[in-house]
Amino acid sequence: MRGSGPESDIVISSRIRLARNLAEFPFIRRCSPQDRKSIEKMVHDRLQAIPGFNTLYYLRVDELAHVDRQFLTERQLISREHAEAEGARSVAIDNDERLSVMINEEDHLRIQVMKSGLDLHSAWQQINEVDDQLESKLSYAFHERLGYLTACPTNVGTGMRVSVMLHLPALVITNQIEKVFRSLQKINLAVRGLYGEGSQAMGDFYQISNQITLGKSEEELIGQVSGVVPMIIEYERKARDFLITQNREDLHDKISRAYGILCTAQTISSEETMHLLSSVRMGVNLGLIDDLAISDINKLFVETQPAHLQKLRGNELDTAGRNIERALYLRRYLQDRGKEHRDERN
Amino acid sequence: MKCQQCEKPATFHITELTGEKPHELHLCEQCAQSYLTQNPSGGMPIQPSLAGMLHHQLKVADTAKELAKLDEQVCPICGISFYEFRNQGRLGCPHDYTCFGSELDPLIVNIHGDTQHSGKHPKHHRQSSQDQTRLIQLHNDMKAAIEKEDYERASQIRDEIRKIEEGES
Repeated sequence: MRGSGPESDIVISSRIRLARNLAEFPFIRRCSPQDRKSIEKMVHDRLQAIPGFNTLYYLRVDELAHVDRQFLTERQLISREHAEAEGARSVAIDNDERLSVMINEEDHLRIQVMKSGLDLHSAWQQINEVDDQLESKLSYAFHERLGYLTACPTNVGTGMRVSVMLHLPALVITNQIEKVFRSLQKINLAVRGLYGEGSQAMGDFYQISNQITLGKSEEELIGQVSGVVPMIIEYERKARDFLITQNREDLHDKISRAYGILCTAQTISSEETMHLLSSVRMGVNLGLIDDLAISDINKLFVETQPAHLQKLRGNELDTAGRNIERALYLRRYLQDRGKEHRDERN
Repeated sequence: MKCQQCEKPATFHITELTGEKPHELHLCEQCAQSYLTQNPSGGMPIQPSLAGMLHHQLKVADTAKELAKLDEQVCPICGISFYEFRNQGRLGCPHDYTCFGSELDPLIVNIHGDTQHSGKHPKHHRQSSQDQTRLIQLHNDMKAAIEKEDYERASQIRDEIRKIEEGES
């Protein structure tokens, strides 16, 4: 979410996840509390023995406060399921928050690498190395014919999920998004919305990922996703061009109003913030707003989420309190950023 | 995330494309199954539903009596029944892929269109599936022996585990 990397005007992030299980234990659902503790300890000890892995932050998720678990979820370092589960479980995270290893999620291990922009190949290179290093210390459940065995048969084989998060506001405005969904569905790719507080799909963010994990190599699966993304990027760019040439004033007005609300609101929900930031993000890309960078908007998407606001404030807040805190945070941030830009120009 | 229709965790995220806008649904396995079976005219979801697929596959393949018999099948290693797997959509241990193989293989073909892995292999992996299954069984036996305070048996089992593990290095 740093707003850098290839195609970062449209591609927010690239992510690869590998599901792995240890050969000598039942899958999580059939593990006793003692099994879960043994797995957690064993993986932790063996991680410590891998050069370079002893510098990872290691957090016992079951011992964290609710707000801290939510904070990790908002930063996409753990899944919602991992945050809400019960029993011994943990996560190891590297310094720059690109790598995380969840222990005792749906599978014993869920390894994840995330990169800013469209960068699946380097994500694969990194995760493949991490997987090799872990496998030198741990015995994975592996079947000669079926590959890596997972708790759910939808992940068996490579255990790999490749996802790319895209910002597609112009395809939404021009009602073409459904067409994109349908063509992706035909080639076995899944599309999901990005969820905020509650569970509604929000903003114009869509995650595209592979559905099949068996029968194709990791490189082929990555190739399938990374092959289709440039086409969607092109559609989105064309839709943006269409909007700006056909209806520049209306588009500029919509974006400026969105920016205006974010700069002045006194209370604002997470959902409205996402919608408005989505417009402003497109405005920055199209050069209609010039005192903000894409990295600012990406940062605001993350930091206006509920747990982030509560951590910032240092105490628990109810929905109304969070809405006030969110508006305050946005006003201050955007005022400071605008002033910096004006100073730079002078 | 909780299921929109009950308190269980939502494991199915369905996107309906029939209306003007895509509509997202977050359901647990059971609610997803009943949603999918009760909604034949509501358009096909884009995500393949595991429970839905199994439901369809079993309906075609088996009579009620045969299905009941199948549901009673239990994995000797982890103790999960086929019925539990059908309901939860999650397997209990690696051996289930062998134990429920004849039912799982058609499901796997439905999901992936293939039953042959062609990706990476663990470099250090030298245990056969049978050895891996045996290890889970031995770990279980050792726990039981320790609970019964039968330390002689526990130590025999530990030696056996070591033998299999040393075979791998």
